[in-house]
Formats: sequence, C-alpha cells, structure tokens
Amino acid sequence: MSFRIVVLVKQVPDTRNVGKDAMKADGTVNRAALPAIFNPEDLNALEMALQVKDSIKGAELIVLTMGPSRAAEVIREALYRGADKGYLVTDRKFAGSDTLATSYVLSMAIKKLAPFHLIFAGRQAIDGDTAQVGPQVAEKLRIPQVTYAEKVVKATKNQITILRRLEQGVETVKGKLPVAITVHSSAQDCRPREAKRIMKYKHARTVSELQNEVKDYTDLFEQRPYLTIEEWGVEDISAETEKLGLSGSPTKVKKIENIVFTQKDSAVISDSDDSIDELMKELIDSHVIG
Amino acid sequence: MENKNIFVYCEITEEGSVADVSLELLTKGRKIADELRTDLHALIIGHKLDNAAKLVEGYGINQLFLADHKILFPYRTMPHSAILSGFLENNRPEIVLIGATPVGRDLAPRIASKLQCGLTADCTSLEIGDHYDKKSDTTYKNLLYQIRPAFGGNIVATIINPETRPQMATVREGVMKMEKLKKAPEMVISTIDVEDYVTDADLTIEIVERHIEAQKINIKNKQILIAGGYGVGSKENFALLHELADVLGGDVAASRAAVDAGFAEHERQVGQTGVTVRPKLYIACGISGAVQHRAGMEQSAKIISVNTDPHAPINNIADYTINGTVESVIPKMIKHYKKNTK
Repeated sequence: MSFRIVVLVKQVPDTRNVGKDAMKADGTVNRAALPAIFNPEDLNALEMALQVKDSIKGAELIVLTMGPSRAAEVIREALYRGADKGYLVTDRKFAGSDTLATSYVLSMAIKKLAPFHLIFAGRQAIDGDTAQVGPQVAEKLRIPQVTYAEKVVKATKNQITILRRLEQGVETVKGKLPVAITVHSSAQDCRPREAKRIMKYKHARTVSELQNEVKDYTDLFEQRPYLTIEEWGVEDISAETEKLGLSGSPTKVKKIENIVFTQKDSAVISDSDDSIDELMKELIDSHVIG
Repeated sequence: MENKNIFVYCEITEEGSVADVSLELLTKGRKIADELRTDLHALIIGHKLDNAAKLVEGYGINQLFLADHKILFPYRTMPHSAILSGFLENNRPEIVLIGATPVGRDLAPRIASKLQCGLTADCTSLEIGDHYDKKSDTTYKNLLYQIRPAFGGNIVATIINPETRPQMATVREGVMKMEKLKKAPEMVISTIDVEDYVTDADLTIEIVERHIEAQKINIKNKQILIAGGYGVGSKENFALLHELADVLGGDVAASRAAVDAGFAEHERQVGQTGVTVRPKLYIACGISGAVQHRAGMEQSAKIISVNTDPHAPINNIADYTINGTVESVIPKMIKHYKKNTK
C-alpha cells in the first residue's frame, strides 16, 4: 500500500514588505508591485511533510495549490525542494472564493487524490491571516485536525505523534491516520533547493504555461511525463459550482478602507532638561502617571 | 430551530479560569443583544465548571449552558467541536462570537465549515448595520459588521454574512472592553448532556503529554507601556526602557522589528502579529510606526513618541513628540519624574 502525503501550499503577495513604493498615489496597496512568494508557513509545512516522507518507505509527497496560472511557481519551488508531484487547481469560477468555498475546492481535489494519509498545510497565509482553510478542509474530509504543529515526534504508516504549540506551552498528541496538520512558524525551516532537482524539474510546466512558451517542448514532455504539472478545473474535481466562487462564499466584503490614521495635534518637544521636566510635570498633574 | 440570540463561546484557560477575551465578548455581546432586543446566551465547555460559571456572572448572560465532563479538559478540537457544532445546529443563533485565541482559531473554522456559514477571523471591531444589495435589490437589516485588518494590516475590511446564520466571528483579545453590568438580568444555568454530542470517533486524538509554562510576561492589561523599536539600537538600551518602566510602574513593550532583532521577548510584541494594548500611556521609543504596529496601540489614551526622525509616521498619532535619542531622553524622564514626585 502506498503512503500518500498531500501538502497544501499557497502563493501570496509579500505583505510583510509593503513599502512606500508598494502604495499607489491614492494610498491603496499596489498588489502588482508586491513580489509573489511561497507562503512562509507553507514552507514549514513542506519541510515537516518531507521529514515524514523520509521516514516512511515508499511515501509519496504531492503538493496541491489553488490559484491563478502563475501559482505553478510554488509547485516548481516545492519540486526543487523534494516534492514528488504537483497539482494546480485553477478555474475562473474559483474567483472570489472565501475560506469556506476555498476549503470546499481543496477538499474536493484532495478526495480525488484518495487514498491519502496525511494532509499538511501552513497555519495561515500572510495575505489573509485567517488560519481557517486548514481546519475547514479537515472538517470537509471528516478527519481530525492537529493545528500549530511544531515537530513530528514519530510517524508510522497508521499513526502520528506531534508536538504542537499552545498559547502557554506545548503538548504532544497522538492519533490514527488520516489526520490534517497545520504547521506553525516555529517549526523547522524548509530545506533549500537541491541542485539535482532543479536540473530535473526546471522545465516542469502546466499545460497553460506550455501553450505560452515560445519553444516547442512537446517531445521533451512526452519523454519525461514527470515534467507535467497537472491542472484541475471545476469539472476535474467534480465540484458543484454553487459551492464555489462568490456564490459559494457566505462572507461578503462590504467595505475596504485603507488605514489612515488621523493626525493628532502633536506637541513637538526638544530633548532639553527643561522641556522634559515640563512634560513630566504635566503628566503627573493630569494623573497619567504618578 | 432558529432563534435570534447572541451567542458567546467562553474559553477556559489553563488555570481553569475564563479567558479575558471571552469576558470582553460577553460585554460586547450584551450590548449587541440590547441593540437587537434579544437574549445573550453563552456556552462553557470543560471540566469542573462551577468556578467558571461564577466568573461570568454579572456580564448580562440570560442563559448559560455548561458542558462539563472530564474528557473536555484540557481542550481538544474534536470533542469541543462536536458539542459546539451540535449545539449550534440545534439552536442557530443570530450571531456567534469566539475569541481569536489559538483555541478559538482552531475551533471556529471547523464549526463554520460544519454549519456551512460564514466566518470572519480576528475582528477588531463589531457593529450592527444594514446592507443594501444592488444586484438583488434587497435590504438586509441589522447585520453584524465584522471589521478586521487584512492584507498584513495595510487595509481594514468590513465583512458581512447577508444570508447564512449564524453570523460567526472570532475577535482579537484586548480590543474590546470588559465590563460587568450594574444590574444584570438573572442568569439561568442549564447543563448539556455531553454523551448526546460526543462519540468515540471524536476521541481518536489523544494528549500524550503537556508542558504548560506560567505566563511570565503579560503586557496586555498594563496601564503604562514603554515600547521600544528597532531604533532603540541594542539590548543594552532596552534596559533603559525597563528602568523607566520600573520607575513609572509600567512594563516594556516592543515592535516586531525589535523582537526580530532580539532586543525583547516575543511576548512583548505589540501590533498585528502581537498583542493589542490600550494603556493610559504609551511611550514609543525608536519606533517608526508601521501600520502593523499602530494597529496594536492606536487606542492608547496618551502617546509619546521619542524619535530622532521628526517625520516618523508614529508622530502623526502621538500627543507629544520628543526629538531625541533614547539614551538622552529616557534618563532625563527618569530624573525629572523622580524630582517631581518627591
């Protein structure tokens, strides 16, 4: 019996580095100016999954992502670092999906990959920070979840023991497979790319990407089927259209505001003894301190 | 059965107490219930809950439900979600509020998925309001506006669930007030039969071992915070902040950059990925004031910025801006505070 590990990954805009140049003149975030990166905690998840794969003979590691055509980049990245195969779930009909619709799509794709034994995902993605998709996928697959995993203590073909981070400490839990695991940023960082794997997978492409290539790679892809990154749309995963995209998303965005902090009348003070003395007196008199 | 109640899931802490965020949500939930002229219901899941039931008294709960069983403490996802989702399926309140703690963020999405309803994570504000949908020419009355920072804290989004019930949200700790009522309604307590909800299939994940560290650093409820950023420059300079904090009877907070640089412990981090604080006085030292940081402290009553950069964004929200270095300003503050309080 094969042992199948599925890792959910996401390509995200790098919201941690929203500098002045990433803001448009009207003060809104210029998403196009932000680099698209591999969601940081998904890399922790990939590493944890790779460690399990290394410890279980014949284990197979599949990465699954949902996103636009460009998201194939994170699949290639995962292949360079040790994943065996990647699937891109992509369809215009997915646009506008909230976490409920997203978890529906991902769970339908995972069901197509059955039998699976372990699902890994980062705790949360930095563009939304919701941490909802992992547990929602687990619920839709009717399997238990273990969140905030920090380390796999032991993994066998039918059981896993995990150390997980709590608000005030850690706990070790043990459970029968299948289990869905979300991985915390305090887990081990992901191993780097492997030179050999880069050589092997640098031409890995989805069908849509191949169509946009200038060179004709048809022969190469026939000889090396592992270069094909599979693309799945709504029909491929047998999804019901009313459960995805905007119609499958109960949450609606009513309003988006840019953070504008109203300027207060700020008194500017020098760092001289006199002015700081003055300030401290004022704070004491107004009972802010004292 | 559908009802119009406001419902709060009360979280039990490691010490068996009720989490602050749950009390904050009860306070907010009572206000919303008054606005919508409905009842406030709450559920506590755990073991030996007599004390917890006393702790939530006075917050205006009309009906408190207790699920008390030894398998329910410490928290485990599956039995807790079996009870909560089963209970909510039977009752379908109008609004469900859960703290955005590690436990709440583990539990809430599983429940929302089970109930097929919308969930907004990490709200910082909740309001009641109407919504007009152009496409269907429908006006939705009294929806819960779930307001949260998004996109790494660079925008604030208002999320609504027009169609599905309950409207669910997790809410960040510390962003709402915790306040007992002067005159609370009578709280009716009922117990839930745990065996009606939890099956053996919910118990397949077992806890092997736990290491709980008592929380040593907790800046959440401090009235005076001396916060340092990357601009403080070193761990040694952070010692100056500690000195001022000791003198003023406060504590030291930090920006993410300062925590990443190793100047301060992670528990001191204020902002989007840290804690939200609202002290009487917040002295921001060498903090430029990225939106992510300001989101966690902008509600401070008084803000003083100590910065060498007169154009630091934090100055825009400061009541006082002192142009100077930490090394020169902080010792002077200590000196003049001592002199003036003698």
